Amino acid sequence: MGDINTAMAEQYRNNFLKEVEANVEEGQWVKMCMQCGVCSGSCPLGPAWEHPPQEIFMMIRAGRRDEVLKSESMWMCTSCYNCIVRCPRELPITHIMHGLANYAHRLGLAPKMNPTRRFAKKFWNNLAKSGRVNEIELSAGLYFMDGFKTGIARAWAMKDIGIGMLKAKRLNPFGFVTHKGCKDKKGIHRMLKKAREIEDRRKGFAA
Amino acid sequence: MARKEYSFYPGCSSERLTSASNYMVSVEAMCKKLDVQLNEIPDWNCCGASIGYAEGGELPRHVMNARNLAISEQVNKGQDVVATCAACWLGARETKDRLAHDSDLLAETNEALREAGMNLQYKGEQEVRHMVEVLIEDLGYEELKKPVVKSLEGIKFAGYVGCQTNRPFGIVGESFENPKYLDKLVEIVGGEPVEKYDQKVTCCGGALAFSEPEKSQAQIKKIIESAYDHGAEMIVTPCPVCQMNVEVYQGQINKRYGTKFNMPVTYYSQLMAVAYGGSAKDAGLDGQVIRARKLEEIAAKGAR
Repeated sequence: MGDINTAMAEQYRNNFLKEVEANVEEGQWVKMCMQCGVCSGSCPLGPAWEHPPQEIFMMIRAGRRDEVLKSESMWMCTSCYNCIVRCPRELPITHIMHGLANYAHRLGLAPKMNPTRRFAKKFWNNLAKSGRVNEIELSAGLYFMDGFKTGIARAWAMKDIGIGMLKAKRLNPFGFVTHKGCKDKKGIHRMLKKAREIEDRRKGFAA
Repeated sequence: MARKEYSFYPGCSSERLTSASNYMVSVEAMCKKLDVQLNEIPDWNCCGASIGYAEGGELPRHVMNARNLAISEQVNKGQDVVATCAACWLGARETKDRLAHDSDLLAETNEALREAGMNLQYKGEQEVRHMVEVLIEDLGYEELKKPVVKSLEGIKFAGYVGCQTNRPFGIVGESFENPKYLDKLVEIVGGEPVEKYDQKVTCCGGALAFSEPEKSQAQIKKIIESAYDHGAEMIVTPCPVCQMNVEVYQGQINKRYGTKFNMPVTYYSQLMAVAYGGSAKDAGLDGQVIRARKLEEIAAKGAR
């Protein structure tokens, strides 16, 4: 990953905006931002962003590549779409933030321990495995991702919620074994592999 | 033949013993009374949800949604696709929109889809709709009122619309800042909607309830507090993520903030299932973590 990062930085030397336009989902919209700040003021987790969206847009134009891509900021997006519907220039801000986070993640620059990055990765791998989300495996995987001891502590802290869900029959304690997922798992795996190949080629991730 | 037929995309959280299985139970009861037939898309897969972006990227997410839609085009010809889950609807509809406006992405999507076999090809023939849209636009409030046999009179509901059935697409004719459809649905079944529920479209934190619990629970606290402030006895919502987040973390919020929240959080379809004469079980009320006692009482009244 480090090599791809160096290659990208070289290719777009001093022009981070061009890099974003070429490789980030909906990146071609970034230059349309007029710095009004409605997005930042509309974000439910606004205060938690080190650099709110409006600032991210300006930083991209200012070529502050490392600061943007290594930031925890985009990982605060809850996908509430407030920014999208309020942006006077109708920029697809939510998608751009997702795109930036994904790009940073693929380049290996995203903060390693960011909890949302780690959860998002687990979530995708979980759904891609059988074609459908296996909720018990996802939750358990989340608790135990830092080892057995922390896992037990986390599971204990969440036990009331787990018991509540079990009682309400909204959690399958045997889901590890009984979760079926899609019938055509192989087809889905082939399809996703192909999609990843195409995207990697288009975005320059392919070797 | 049923009055209306749709190609149904239930989504992961609707399966048996999953987080929104009670939603599914109530939707089945509601649709039966409304004579609406849901034809499940065979072997449907996950939409990737919003949080799928980080690892899934762009094309793989669209391909997942396109597979469902392509199967639907093949099997449930001429029917609109309807989703009950807000995230499923959003994901599928986003894909439809993007592929309609980007011919390169469409070609790439179909290239990947070919690998899935079944001669799948996404054409974009069918509309992608949320269950609420179908109820309001295809049936209409008047029709939705007809099967009501029990009024939910005396219960005050905070209509919590949340994000993803509201933005970025929303329900036609509704505003993003103050959508009214949920309040109207409450009125139809005889309940009393909270007029000025100021946290109606506040985000519950979505998937970040798992990864950033403190930040999400601060959001959830506002949503519940405002419901109490306006005298609501229950919250009602159209979204499985909203429902779960707002219902199940109340214990943790109470510990964190010293509050005494114990607010039931229901689905619009549960209200309708009860008002249409269904039992508590038909309405999936046995699937509440915080029991909706008042609804249970009404459901028990004159039970068949």
